[in-house]
Amino acid sequence: MELTRLPFLKSALKSRYSQLAVFIVMLVGYIFVILAGLIGTPVGSHNFSIVFVWIAWWAILILVAVPFFGRGWCAVCPIPLPGEWLQRGAVLNPPDKKPRWLNLRWPKFLRNIWLQNISFLLLALFSSVLLTTPNITGIVLAAMLFAAIGLSMIFERRAFCRYLCPVGGFIGLYSQTAPIELRIKDKQVCVVCDGKPCYNGASTVGLDVQRLNPPLSANSNTGYGCPWDVFPGGLTKNTYCGLCMECIRTCPHDNIAINLRPFSADLAKPSTRLDEAFKAFIMLGSAMIYAGVLLGPWGAFKDAAYNVGTSAWFIYATIFLAIIFAILPGFFWLMISLTSRPFAKHPFGAPIGRGVGVRKFASLTTALIPLGLMFWVAFSLSFVLTNATYILASLSDPLGLGWNLFGTANAVWQPMLTSILAPAQTLALVGGLIWSARTAQKAANEVKVSSVPVVIYCFITTLVMLGLLL
Amino acid sequence: MAFAPFPVRPIAPQERTFRIEAGQFAYSSSEIKVNPGDTVNIQLVSTDVVHGLYVDGYDISIEADPGQTKTLSFVADKPGSFRFRCNVTCGAMHPFMIGKLSVGKKVWFYRSIGLSIIAIIGFLKFPRRPVLITAH
Repeated sequence: MELTRLPFLKSALKSRYSQLAVFIVMLVGYIFVILAGLIGTPVGSHNFSIVFVWIAWWAILILVAVPFFGRGWCAVCPIPLPGEWLQRGAVLNPPDKKPRWLNLRWPKFLRNIWLQNISFLLLALFSSVLLTTPNITGIVLAAMLFAAIGLSMIFERRAFCRYLCPVGGFIGLYSQTAPIELRIKDKQVCVVCDGKPCYNGASTVGLDVQRLNPPLSANSNTGYGCPWDVFPGGLTKNTYCGLCMECIRTCPHDNIAINLRPFSADLAKPSTRLDEAFKAFIMLGSAMIYAGVLLGPWGAFKDAAYNVGTSAWFIYATIFLAIIFAILPGFFWLMISLTSRPFAKHPFGAPIGRGVGVRKFASLTTALIPLGLMFWVAFSLSFVLTNATYILASLSDPLGLGWNLFGTANAVWQPMLTSILAPAQTLALVGGLIWSARTAQKAANEVKVSSVPVVIYCFITTLVMLGLLL
Repeated sequence: MAFAPFPVRPIAPQERTFRIEAGQFAYSSSEIKVNPGDTVNIQLVSTDVVHGLYVDGYDISIEADPGQTKTLSFVADKPGSFRFRCNVTCGAMHPFMIGKLSVGKKVWFYRSIGLSIIAIIGFLKFPRRPVLITAH
């Protein structure tokens, strides 16, 4: 179903002014969160930055935005805005004269999500401190803002979002499961389109509206080339489309649509990239480790995770990395190489039992995407429902200065809905297992192998997660 | 399967007493197991700052000043696995100062395993085969 057929929605998405209004609110909020982290109360559970970023924002992101809107958060994220405005020399429409920044292409060997994997892991290893210490949260958020500005001065487009953002990597991975997509309407229109303004920018290609083939629609507009370095005509999955809506404005042929679709439609065509495969392991492993360390009853693990720099922390970090880079992928590789058998004779590729190539390994990890997402949903339900009442207090007294803006500053901490927590987590985890088993079957069909080892792997990891959470 | 009555062998209720030491940011005796119907006495001793102990699901709590012992008594009449956690802000890792109370069998855990096994058997028994397109 094409949502952009709704006139109100389409005009709202095309309008730079409505987007700017949202951006300004988000940017002001973001800067306030940084300030609250740096100058607010050092008590994490009462500091606006901790409560709003790691409880409210996280809940919205992982329970609503990513599962239902994919990269919906990226569409309104304020982090790239100051850098992008400087890079463009404009806040709204393209200016007559472009600023002279370096405008370099991102290095070819880094055009993958390995840097995003590393940046996420860096935050993950320090997460116990990051989640609980307001000034560290403030510093990290400020660093992300300045990194985005710096990269915009050196490289073209949104290099930070595309290649470095620790959050954008997993949002992109899980956005493939969302029931929403941005796609072109007619491929042929893109094939013969002059200048590809959706990618190159209407102003930069000197669009001659009289000579275009095919002829322009009446509401064509000038705009910027895709900030995410994606050619919309080639989009087949959500991973790298940031839903910034720029191509909707720029396309001279009104050939871009936002569609509703079935969940996880992108996963029918598995990725064969190793960086994306390891992102799936990183997310799966992190959810399991957090469930054990943060929500488990073992104080020694919490001490090790929090006391950064001590020998206990180094052991924790080593185990963390070993689980993500060796144990989970190693076990996965073992399962598919030792216990699998081809379900049918096929004309190409060795049966998986006789050697697992990168392509097959990466393709089969597609099954871990819905599993990982539901692991995070189950983990977050526990964390968020327990701590949500802190939001009321920090709303009324965001800087811990004794204010009581909405009369809720003294709201008593009280876990919410604990009676439905176990059923909800069960539903999430078992539902995730069924979803990944279905995805595994599709992926296995694509690479002509049996899905049984992958399904068993998903089952075993789900049992571990159930044991940690229930 | 998820909601079917769970077979349990009735055990005579007892009075059980646990001494739990609370220090930043963990409980010693962080996992306690009782049977349904048991009367549970938790003696909370704080070893550093003020700590609390709130039991999820039972919605009861207690607070102990440093060096003091406070006792929380209740009848464990709700089976299942529950977290208990500090309810007095006690430092950076306070939100993660957590212990576990098991009352009887871990009902939801076993139900979840049962559901998972049924789902997996279903998938393995009736796998989706690739759609073959034949030319005519």
